[in-house]
Amino acid sequence: MTSRRWAIPALLALVVVLAILSIAVGRVTLTWDMWKAQDAVSRAILLELRLPRAILGVLVGASLGLAGAAMQGYLRNALAEPGTLGVSAMSALGAVLSIFFNIAGLHPWVLPVCGVLGGMTAMAALFVLSGMAASVLTLVLSGIILSALAVAGISLVLSLSPSPWAAGEIVRWMLGGLTDRSFDELTIAAPLIVIGCIAVLGCRRSLDALTLGETGARSLGIDLNRAQWQLAFGIGLIVGGSTAVTGVIGFVGLIVPHLMRSLVGSRPGALLVPSAIGGAALVLAGDIVVRLLPGGSELELGVVMSLIGAPFFFVLLHSMRRKLT
Amino acid sequence: MTRAASNLKINGLQFRRGSRVVLDAIDLQLQSGAVTAVLGPNGAGKSTLLSCIAGLLRPERGSIELDGTSLHSLAAMQRARRIAFLPQTPEIAWAVDVQTLVGLGRIPFQGVSSDEEDRAAVARAMAKTEVAQWAERAVTTLSGGERARVLLARVLAGESDWILADEPFTGLDPSHQFEAAELLRAAADQGGGVVLTIHDLTLAARIADRVIIIDDGRIVADGSPQDALTPQILRDVYDIDAQWLEGMHGTPPTIAIHGRAPRG
Repeated sequence: MTSRRWAIPALLALVVVLAILSIAVGRVTLTWDMWKAQDAVSRAILLELRLPRAILGVLVGASLGLAGAAMQGYLRNALAEPGTLGVSAMSALGAVLSIFFNIAGLHPWVLPVCGVLGGMTAMAALFVLSGMAASVLTLVLSGIILSALAVAGISLVLSLSPSPWAAGEIVRWMLGGLTDRSFDELTIAAPLIVIGCIAVLGCRRSLDALTLGETGARSLGIDLNRAQWQLAFGIGLIVGGSTAVTGVIGFVGLIVPHLMRSLVGSRPGALLVPSAIGGAALVLAGDIVVRLLPGGSELELGVVMSLIGAPFFFVLLHSMRRKLT
Repeated sequence: MTRAASNLKINGLQFRRGSRVVLDAIDLQLQSGAVTAVLGPNGAGKSTLLSCIAGLLRPERGSIELDGTSLHSLAAMQRARRIAFLPQTPEIAWAVDVQTLVGLGRIPFQGVSSDEEDRAAVARAMAKTEVAQWAERAVTTLSGGERARVLLARVLAGESDWILADEPFTGLDPSHQFEAAELLRAAADQGGGVVLTIHDLTLAARIADRVIIIDDGRIVADGSPQDALTPQILRDVYDIDAQWLEGMHGTPPTIAIHGRAPRG
């Protein structure tokens, strides 16, 4: 109990520190003197490169952490997450298809909207495939089906893609990252993500009630049908919006809620906000690490997250294996 | 604390699953302040009846009225504030602490009662069930009997007019069964309505004010335990040879089961 009170302020402080670091650190280190001098180059680095990158990191990290915590609460399964269950990949497929069919250039909103549609389709398919009382097995299998479908679709588009530019763009979605994103991209992603987060936060009470299972929640007056569609809508917006701008960044929603449970307890509704703050911290930290790694070109953030996340997933699954049988 | 009397009126209730009629022509009037035990063989329709009264299943035909208002015209939250339901196999998905779990019983009251009232109701429920000493322990670390008490506290935290419990004693040892039975008895003595399904005939005879026996979706007996649990009815419903034994020197009655008595 005592740990719960300081958890949120401490996490917020961590995010602030990481955000400042994220603005300062990179190929060129922004020092306090440069900040005071206000010369054109450091201004450009700050305003056009670092600031949007840091804000996007906070936004995407927070929303993916939130989405992961909400999916776990709804499906009552600590392995659920947009990345592992193929929701992110389906969003990427939506975005990629909009490039392939040459409609992405029509309007800046076309690609993100296609990403959102992909994400929502995946959420709906997930609920249908795994049903309400999803066991670990059906859930992971549903995730495999969706991921396989998305990867196959993207590969197909890739091999049919006429221009190398389009192919390059498409590959960028598979390897998510925050590099070279501008305020333009931020203004597209932010409204989608914010609306999605509001929708998901509105399900807090339903997620709490689901601690007692489907029957328990319904007997407490919860409309599960509504909660299900509100979550599909909200998570679709979050994952679609963030994937459209940053590509697939997996495992944030898996790792963060798991860590937060030991800090703030397991009540699903109470886990949402800390998971959002923790997600922001994780993505910012990952993005800083990406920039500090030696080598000619930056490693993509999505790759780093998968390198950390996949072993984490394995350990979680290992500890849950008794439930599988 | 005693509360205003409440009644549930069920008229011509019919429920089907596919083409199978699970409940048919159920007419019942239930009064609060009493423990009503619903008995019957597996698959007789007991759980379905309870789910219908809890508003979780919608019957094809017939009506359920709570103090004169149709149950299905009530908003789900409104209904949940008045009728608490303990499912047959209660699920606990996360390792939340006991206090948090009991607090889930206050979910229907969010926005209706103050945080202070909620906390007080949770404290009362935890005191009644004597689970307060585990307030900060994870529910998953408790034994089955302890967990049953916590789940009962969750139901009591709603301080609802009605408590519906689907086989609340299954899986509990005799001592925990009595403990849970006494808690439900106390809720009825304080003016609440308790309806439970049960398989243990002796326990039913001891704790219930009224016994309703369902067979094949129909009510075949309804009355005081002694009137409902007769050898003839038990033979007809369960195919057993059983006998009501009055306790000696004021001790509670027992139902002795002598063996199976296949229908002739």
